[in-house]
Amino acid sequence: MLLQQLINGIALGSTYALIALGYTMVYGIITLINFAHGEIFMVGAFVGLLMVAKFKMNFFLAMLVAMMVCMLLGVLIERIAYRPLRKSSRLSALISAIGVSIFLSSLAQMIFGADAKGFPETAFPVQQIHLGDADISTLQLLIIGVSACLMLSLEFIVRKTKIGKAMRATSEDYNTAALMGINVNMIISFTFALGSALAAAGGVLVGLLFNAVSFNMGLMAGLKAFAAAVLGGIGSIPGAMLGGLLLGVTEVFGVAAGYSSYRDAIAFTILVFVLMVKPTGLLGKKIQKKV
Amino acid sequence: MGDTLQMLLGRIDPYLLQIIVNIGIGIVLALGLNVITGLTGQLSLGHAAFMSIGAFTSALITIKLGLPFGVNLLITGAVSAAAGALIGYPILRLTGDYLAICTLGFAEIVKVIFLNLEITNKALGLSVPPPRSSIPLPIIVWLVVIIAVILVSFIHDSRFGRALKAIRGDEIAAEAMGINVVRYKVQSFAIGTFLAGVGGGLYAHFISYINPSDFGFLKSIDILGMVVLGGLGSIPGSIVGAAVLSAAPEFLRFMANYRMLVYGGLLVFMMIFRPNGLMGGINFTEIFLRALGRKPHMKTLTEKEKLP
Repeated sequence: MLLQQLINGIALGSTYALIALGYTMVYGIITLINFAHGEIFMVGAFVGLLMVAKFKMNFFLAMLVAMMVCMLLGVLIERIAYRPLRKSSRLSALISAIGVSIFLSSLAQMIFGADAKGFPETAFPVQQIHLGDADISTLQLLIIGVSACLMLSLEFIVRKTKIGKAMRATSEDYNTAALMGINVNMIISFTFALGSALAAAGGVLVGLLFNAVSFNMGLMAGLKAFAAAVLGGIGSIPGAMLGGLLLGVTEVFGVAAGYSSYRDAIAFTILVFVLMVKPTGLLGKKIQKKV
Repeated sequence: MGDTLQMLLGRIDPYLLQIIVNIGIGIVLALGLNVITGLTGQLSLGHAAFMSIGAFTSALITIKLGLPFGVNLLITGAVSAAAGALIGYPILRLTGDYLAICTLGFAEIVKVIFLNLEITNKALGLSVPPPRSSIPLPIIVWLVVIIAVILVSFIHDSRFGRALKAIRGDEIAAEAMGINVVRYKVQSFAIGTFLAGVGGGLYAHFISYINPSDFGFLKSIDILGMVVLGGLGSIPGSIVGAAVLSAAPEFLRFMANYRMLVYGGLLVFMMIFRPNGLMGGINFTEIFLRALGRKPHMKTLTEKEKLP
């Protein structure tokens, strides 16, 4: 029972973590809460579904296509809606992000309709594996595996490559990074592309897990993932992973304990309590502010 | 008197009247958030939660106690303000985006609690009877708007308001000047949530049916949009922002299916072309004095106030 719930929680939590990474990376670089991120996740799910259902594509290939499309979308959104606002107040950029979010979800509603759509059963053959008294589906293993691979590659890109070094420098100090000859505009676009690709992968996986893709799936998932990013300490990549897993596991345990009608409140209750004890999140850096 | 007023209102097109009332409620809500976010610089993404607390309190007072509407609104506002202060006291120690996500989280929690409470009829929502008052509701709404505008203008230029603006400018510097930052923040939060509660009470009686799901994240964003679109910290801005955003969905109705699409796009374009809001950076005192032919001392009045 415990093992079963733990696996369920980790599977759900890793999808939260995938989305949370996009929030945290964008925030780390331009201190913007990218409210359109949840919609990118939704678009990713739809593209994946379209590829599998209409073009009879292999599931993994479909996920790759979804990631590519969302990379472009993320970069495009940054160009159109955020870049002109980089010098103005942060709230204006936030409202602009919310505008993009409303735009994308209503566009999806127009194109795909208001009802939720499911993946065809052939998309990914689900089998149950018995492990002690726990039933683990191959789908959960797939989700955990794919998320782990993506997060490891992200860690590799950020820690070991030249562009990752530039990303870290830009997030440390935007202006100094520019003076050091880093093309910050390019780095910001790259960050959006990375984050959006992860969200798209998350979208396809969540669509498969709940077998439902709908135009409004981005809102709650986005809010919870954002909560996960803040819980872990916004701006910190390991923090987002930890926050996502923690929220997923507690949510599943809360539901298992009989609080299913409070499901959406569980994540936020934990968040509020953690922030009261540790105001910058679990792995967040303590900021020394001076006048 | 009530009958004559009712008759006068009867001459206005009901659809237009509905838009006018919506605008009025929007102004009350936006003014409340403007005190929190515009004046004090504390980003709140949970304004709709206090609106829902107000809406349900007010509806229950009308249903269970049947108090006169004026008293009802005052109690409603007080309950919301108490909730605001109670919530605000621990979370207003957080800064910036951490505060924003906390208010958002709190709003979700309130929504889920209302969805599970017996007294608020769970997910079915409440039907609200008409308010107990001889004055028709549209006039009450606009009376409240006038009182709210006066109240917030008064705060804006008072010693209290200057303290709030100092906190917005720089919290640490304000503290060094002897301003009790947490106390002022909680007080401004209480004022903002008072207005949110009153707005919610008006909304409940105007719509006459309320459901906890109506007061979700998108509603909070709607109100924030009014404040930012109009210009942070600007009272005329809040009024114009509320008017534009309350009426926009109606004027865009002819596009039916494209309505929300255009609305989202409009938000982006407005922000790109007027990032400080429609009324941001416009000094009304100067314009007013110019119109009177008395040019003020330029230096003191044209300096743009720094936005957070």
